[in-house]
Amino acid sequence: MNFETTIGLEVHIEMKTASKAFSPAPVNYGAEPNTNTNVVDWAFPGVLPTINKRALEFGMRAALALHCDVTRDIHFDRKNYFYPDNPKAYQITQAQTPIGRHGWLEIEVDGKKKKIGIEEMHVEEDAGKNTHNPDGYSYVDLNRQGTPLIEIVSKPDISSADEAYAYLTRLRQIIQFTGISDVKMEEGSMRADVNVSVRPIGAAELGTRTEMKNLNSFEHVRKGAHYESRRQQRVLMAGGKIRQETRRFDEPSGETILMRVKEGASDYRYFPEPDLPPIHISDEWVQEVKASIPEMPDMRRKRYVDDWGLPEYDANVLTQTKEMSDFFEETVAQGAEPKLAGNWLMGDVNAYLNANQIGLLETKLTPEHLATMIKLIQDATISSKIAKKVFKEIVANDSDPKAWVEKKGLVQLSDPAVLQPIIDDVLQNNEKSIEDFKNGKDRAIGFLVGQIMKQTRGKANPKVVNQLLLASLKKL
Amino acid sequence: MAISEDKVAHVAGLAKLTFSKEELQKFTGQMDEIINMVQQLSDVDTTGVEVTTHVTDAVDTMREDKAVKGMDRELLMKNVPDHQDGFIKVPAIIDESEGA
Amino acid sequence: MDYFANDLTSLHDLLVKKEISVTELTKETLAAIKEREQKVAAFLSVDEQGALKQAAELDQKGIDADNILAGIPLGIKDNIVTKGLTTTAASKILENFNPIYDAAVIEKLKAAQTITIGKTNLDEFAMGGSTENSAFKTTKNAWDQTKVPGGSSGGSAAAVAAGEVVASLGSDTGGSIRQPASFNGIVGVKPTYGRVSRYGLIAFASSLDQIGPFTRNVKDNAQLLNAISGADPRDFTSSKHEVPDFAQGIAAGVKGMRIAVPKEYLGEGIAADVKKAIKDAISVFEKLGATVDEVSLPHSKYGVPVYYIIASSEASSNLQRFDGIRYGHRAQEVKNLEDVYVKSRSEGFGDEVKRRIMLGTFSLSAGTYDAFFKKAAQVRTLICQDFAQVFAKYDLILGPTTPTTAFGIGEDIKDPVTMYMNDILTIPVNLAGLPGMSLPAGYSKGLPIGLQLIANQFDEKTMYRAGYAFEQETDFHKQVPMIGGQN
Repeated sequence: MNFETTIGLEVHIEMKTASKAFSPAPVNYGAEPNTNTNVVDWAFPGVLPTINKRALEFGMRAALALHCDVTRDIHFDRKNYFYPDNPKAYQITQAQTPIGRHGWLEIEVDGKKKKIGIEEMHVEEDAGKNTHNPDGYSYVDLNRQGTPLIEIVSKPDISSADEAYAYLTRLRQIIQFTGISDVKMEEGSMRADVNVSVRPIGAAELGTRTEMKNLNSFEHVRKGAHYESRRQQRVLMAGGKIRQETRRFDEPSGETILMRVKEGASDYRYFPEPDLPPIHISDEWVQEVKASIPEMPDMRRKRYVDDWGLPEYDANVLTQTKEMSDFFEETVAQGAEPKLAGNWLMGDVNAYLNANQIGLLETKLTPEHLATMIKLIQDATISSKIAKKVFKEIVANDSDPKAWVEKKGLVQLSDPAVLQPIIDDVLQNNEKSIEDFKNGKDRAIGFLVGQIMKQTRGKANPKVVNQLLLASLKKL
Repeated sequence: MAISEDKVAHVAGLAKLTFSKEELQKFTGQMDEIINMVQQLSDVDTTGVEVTTHVTDAVDTMREDKAVKGMDRELLMKNVPDHQDGFIKVPAIIDESEGA
Repeated sequence: MDYFANDLTSLHDLLVKKEISVTELTKETLAAIKEREQKVAAFLSVDEQGALKQAAELDQKGIDADNILAGIPLGIKDNIVTKGLTTTAASKILENFNPIYDAAVIEKLKAAQTITIGKTNLDEFAMGGSTENSAFKTTKNAWDQTKVPGGSSGGSAAAVAAGEVVASLGSDTGGSIRQPASFNGIVGVKPTYGRVSRYGLIAFASSLDQIGPFTRNVKDNAQLLNAISGADPRDFTSSKHEVPDFAQGIAAGVKGMRIAVPKEYLGEGIAADVKKAIKDAISVFEKLGATVDEVSLPHSKYGVPVYYIIASSEASSNLQRFDGIRYGHRAQEVKNLEDVYVKSRSEGFGDEVKRRIMLGTFSLSAGTYDAFFKKAAQVRTLICQDFAQVFAKYDLILGPTTPTTAFGIGEDIKDPVTMYMNDILTIPVNLAGLPGMSLPAGYSKGLPIGLQLIANQFDEKTMYRAGYAFEQETDFHKQVPMIGGQN
């Protein structure tokens, strides 16, 4: 029997507002426990929630960037459940009136493009953190409590682990470009719940699904979904039944492990949050938010190709992250030639980042310095070879390339009056090479250029050296 | 509609309450009475009637995104039955394998 | 201080003229409380030290002649949080709870320089109509100590009626200010929903709760409401509607006022003596130049079931935060987290609170939501529409506050449904978010009868004007219970 796999993803992304979704306490990662909290976050008796306008705006941005219809008359709902990291014992969310509905994004797997539907998305609040210790106690930190989240629920359109991976990559890229989140997986600011089911090809009904919660690595999602799909197929082939259950991806073994079997649906007793009156989202507001959305990667890619003449491949690489794309554009804005700027970013800059395992913004490199260096290459002040030295300096030490080049005496020698005596000197001392040249051995030129470069400690302009050398050889 | 003791026990579970056998009987009887009273509402035709969940005239209210420093942790901890190193301390759940 | 012989105006005069100091007034108030508490048991706690300290500061500073409330000791219902002052909501689950912030109304009262003399008793979490559901004590009716003071704000009402304080604050979710005001022969007002910030009011039912004042006369009430009204950025349900001076123009009379009397409010189940008092009140208004017509609020009879579903549903969710983790009672014998939740809550909540949590949880649960919560929220719309239709033609609605006078302690509590029916006249006002007032309109066998006035949203001024006119024409408010030093 052949099976098809259906995967649904529910992704939670923390939005980088200054204050929390329903209280004015600061949103801040990595602070001392329970220091970014107030009585509202703690759910003290008598406190009330207040909705952060920017959290809604960010939610609208995400909805618009994912081609969703923005719901115009919204209210919030309470999702009731007890847990130590959930002080009110309800989460304020949007069950009945999600901020966005019916969107999509496009993925590409093995050269094939596919649209994945977005069912709906909700603006809601994150819970605090509950750390279980071996001493039999849990330790609760409410700093994260109330951080605004956007929850993005896919349609069950994803049919393989690779598609799931591509969906998450694309989703992260789009969200990053909207500017509403840094989408840092390692800080848990993007987490995915993965639902997997399989059914015989052609079956009308979806199979029973299992769920993996709170995965914060795309690779785990891919491996977990892949394993789970195969496991379910094996169970069904053996005549078994899939139970509705929550499973956990176990990294060392690459398997999924049963956590608990779900007995019926959870009863969260959703109802409209009485403390927050309804909100109407006007046309004007939607337009305003639309206008505030930064240019998406697709648009940038097109512009790089059409306006700047970049190859499709380069445009794609340069728009993988907003950091890179913004850096690239700023470098061009500072006067660097786009193709050269792109080459540097994709080449030496990326290599440096990979070698040092850091992000672009963690280096000392600025678009201004990179552009200055590229301009020095463009106007032949330095050679590409010297440029490698300059790059090492500006990426690590925040030096002005022009000043540094001058200080280190690395300015390229292009003046024939300076170069000719050096060439003459080299020719005098290498009669064997002149002989070779005359006998048609072209590589003799390479040797002679090398000697000249050595004499000038690499500063000679290779183009000028070539011209002068050839002319001198012909005269001999 | 008569409510069963099982159903009452289930609801108690959701509400994190526990009742003795006698209490459960008493509550089931009382809930039954209340639910019967509430059944009057089925007489009312509410086809096409909107729900009313808020009666304030204050709609479209939002807060500007300005952060206010967190409150003093010692003060917040004042009523906490058990805390340690700035964390609120509670006995762990034991039925979850993800613990520790 | 004889609070039976004084009102806010006369007390203010005495303070301004320095015929009495704030400290003296506070001490006399503390003495009156000490003496009369033995009879009414209205207070859960009295802040003698804090009150005297505040009084001394005010004496030092001097009384502002333009601030009618400066130096006046008030009782505060114990579901309104007061920083540093134990606040229990009359529940064991909050027995030692020490709030770390002040409710919005407390901030406003502090700015108005009143003195919080103590916290008054209530039905646990404001759930009940007799104050018998308090986990700590049973408050008695000021007129007859074998009767209940009503509830849930029974302590605040009894304290004013017994002359322990000149005014107090209560909260009203389904009648919890108006019904005890009626039972105790004083004036109690539930303002329009959104008029007063709920920030710091321990939530019972968020879409119904509202804080309001108890006083012995209408004008005092208007003056106290002035001090606590207004939008609060911390309560998004509080209204930005302009707050007028409720006392200004209060004596303008009711000539030409159009008053509606719903026939459902004088129908079956209303005691004969109550009916008679209300009919007499109608005559008074007619005599004063108002027109009075009979109208119908056809859906008001569904008010009680609608209220019990909505209020209990909201309460079931609001009271989940009492989980034994961050504050309040945590059970001792616990093995795991589930024990902390279940034991702390089962030990900490009383029966009535549990009953409502259960009903609310049931109403919201999967498979029941549509037939219960949603249905009730739809019928609530019809109740609101009934009122809107009447207010399109009338300025005021008039009726009794309660079907009977105060019942005996222990008399009704065994039958929850009967108990719930006592709220039938007050509940629809909360469901529609309207302002309502109860004021004394007669006596039956020595127990007060309350007249209820209901105005359109944000039209408290009309309600106060009518109440004041009625009060000037009658002397029910001048009668005082036989309690304390006057006999």
